[in-house]
Amino acid sequence: MYSYKRNEMPIVEVRGVNKVYQQGDIRIFALKDVDITFDSGSFAAIAGPSGSGKTTLLNIVGGLDLPDTGEVIVDGRNFGEMSQGQLAQLRLNRIGFVFQSYNLIPVLSALENVEYVMLLQGVGKSERRERAMAMLEEVGLGDKYNNRPAELSGGQQQRVAVARSIVSDPAIVLADEPTANLDSKTGEGLLRIMAGMNEKRKVTFIFSTHDTMVMDYAHRLVNLRDGRVADDQIK
Amino acid sequence: MPMAHSHVRPKITLDMKMAWRNVWRNPRRTWLTVSAICFACVVLIFMLSFQFGSYETMINSSIKINTGHLQVLARGYFDEKSIRKVVENPDPVKELIAGMDLVEAVTVRANAFSLVSSQKRTYGAMVVGVDPVLEPRVSRLKELIRSGEFLPDTPESGGPDAEPDPALVGALLARNLKVRVGDELTVLGQGRDGSVAAAILTVCGIYESGMDEFDRNTLHIPIKTFQSVYSMGPAVHEIIVNVNSLTDVPAVKKNIINRVNHLPAGEGLVVMDWDELVPGLTQSIRIDLVMGMIFWLLLVIVVAFSILNTFLMAVFERTREFGVMMAIGTTPQRLVKLLLYESGLMTVVGVCMGIVIGCGVTWVFQVYGIDMSGSSEILEQYGMSGRIYPRLSPVTALAGPLLVWIITLAVALYPALKIKGMKPVEAMTHI
Repeated sequence: MYSYKRNEMPIVEVRGVNKVYQQGDIRIFALKDVDITFDSGSFAAIAGPSGSGKTTLLNIVGGLDLPDTGEVIVDGRNFGEMSQGQLAQLRLNRIGFVFQSYNLIPVLSALENVEYVMLLQGVGKSERRERAMAMLEEVGLGDKYNNRPAELSGGQQQRVAVARSIVSDPAIVLADEPTANLDSKTGEGLLRIMAGMNEKRKVTFIFSTHDTMVMDYAHRLVNLRDGRVADDQIK
Repeated sequence: MPMAHSHVRPKITLDMKMAWRNVWRNPRRTWLTVSAICFACVVLIFMLSFQFGSYETMINSSIKINTGHLQVLARGYFDEKSIRKVVENPDPVKELIAGMDLVEAVTVRANAFSLVSSQKRTYGAMVVGVDPVLEPRVSRLKELIRSGEFLPDTPESGGPDAEPDPALVGALLARNLKVRVGDELTVLGQGRDGSVAAAILTVCGIYESGMDEFDRNTLHIPIKTFQSVYSMGPAVHEIIVNVNSLTDVPAVKKNIINRVNHLPAGEGLVVMDWDELVPGLTQSIRIDLVMGMIFWLLLVIVVAFSILNTFLMAVFERTREFGVMMAIGTTPQRLVKLLLYESGLMTVVGVCMGIVIGCGVTWVFQVYGIDMSGSSEILEQYGMSGRIYPRLSPVTALAGPLLVWIITLAVALYPALKIKGMKPVEAMTHI
């Protein structure tokens, strides 16, 4: 059941994607014939119960995993035609990630965590510092730049993760249940930051989530059930 | 589109910082690993220094009792030991060598196998003619006298009323012959010209080197007596040369070869160093060195497995983290580099500590020695006293740590390459 109609150039195209996991003798269909597109600048949420395939879809869109069959095109690049190295380059330069459990590099400070992606891109040190600091200010952590992840609260860590995902000016940010480990107030604060970035920078955000607050914030809600797109609504 | 910048600044700083901080994430484990590396280095430095110290003692003992660093001989004498293969005119050669740089002392010797009889028994022995003045500068023979005295500087010889010429006898030979200081011996052999060589000698001293073969089979008399008894004229069999240190031997040998051949008296002479003169000693050192190397390798392999275990644990418990790093764009090559930095830093700390502690411990034993009196009988066979002094040198201080360094870095490659083969999703879902 689809209610969504395309009205802009898609930044993400997923066509006829199937993904099966083998667990011993059992084949688990994580995604079945998934066809979906996301336009540039969207703020979309993929919802569904556990095991519905949300994370698998996000991983496939992020080039972290490859489909068994079907096509994935992100920012005009067809994953099926790319090597692992090219996929890593695409992730570095065009895709940002926010994970459920923050996943910051524990030995780096907040500033260094944000800097790290730019370091991989080969950005010079002073520019790196400047942009990372500005990004931390934007997420409200200018005063915590020197703190290591262990010295930050969950919400602060996730804000650093958002800063890290956005600092390299990606075309798309994939956020896998970003508010799952946060209380509602902190979660809402984070969503506001991401919504602001979506509006200001026109970065596409795609969430996988159980959180109704995220679904409320999203402009588009895709429901997955048993690996299939069950519902797709623009709000 | 903000793709990679064209000017790539050095990335070493943050990578190195990360590696250093990662190393100290689990200080206890890091210290254990560093300690294992350090321990291996300390043991290797000490063992190698100990071995080299004992070799040097063995070589010096053999040189000081027997061969000297170098010998000038008539061609073929070393193999045949024929009394007729002589250095006919030794004085010009001796003087030339004595004037050379790095030469410490020069003397001459002559040897003849003879029957030595006391009143009760007869044994075969090597009668060695030595210069009573110069011999103590080259060998420890004078220090080895256990009873009686060394050969007098100017022995009287030849007259009908003269006292019998003096002789020094090895302790075991003296025991076999049942003679003491002051007793008479008769020597019967063949002179250089084929005549019968016979003399009556008085035991003036008995020496004990600890080397059984030497103490059982040798008897020393003044060179003048030897030359007279064995019809040698001015000739000798060996010109013995001692140099300042073992390392000077090749240079002095080359110099002697170059210069002696230009002397008329140098014709038909060859120069041999201690290594050629006592091949058994070098062989036993080589065998011991090989055995030592096998032991070091086993030690390093045991340490390497312990280090591998630590590295594997450290890497696998961070697999999720590596997955995330790959997800945000870290290349596998960069992860491998990071892990090699980490293991490299641990190795640097361990090896540096090992060198400092190893050299310190070894230096203390080098100064005070190690009491080996429990094994003194074995050591005496090599002319060594009951105390061994390790010999610390750049080679002994660095060879072991270098081996540890190489093996540790090789071991660190394995977990690093395992991470390289992982896919981001697999790594991120790793439990």
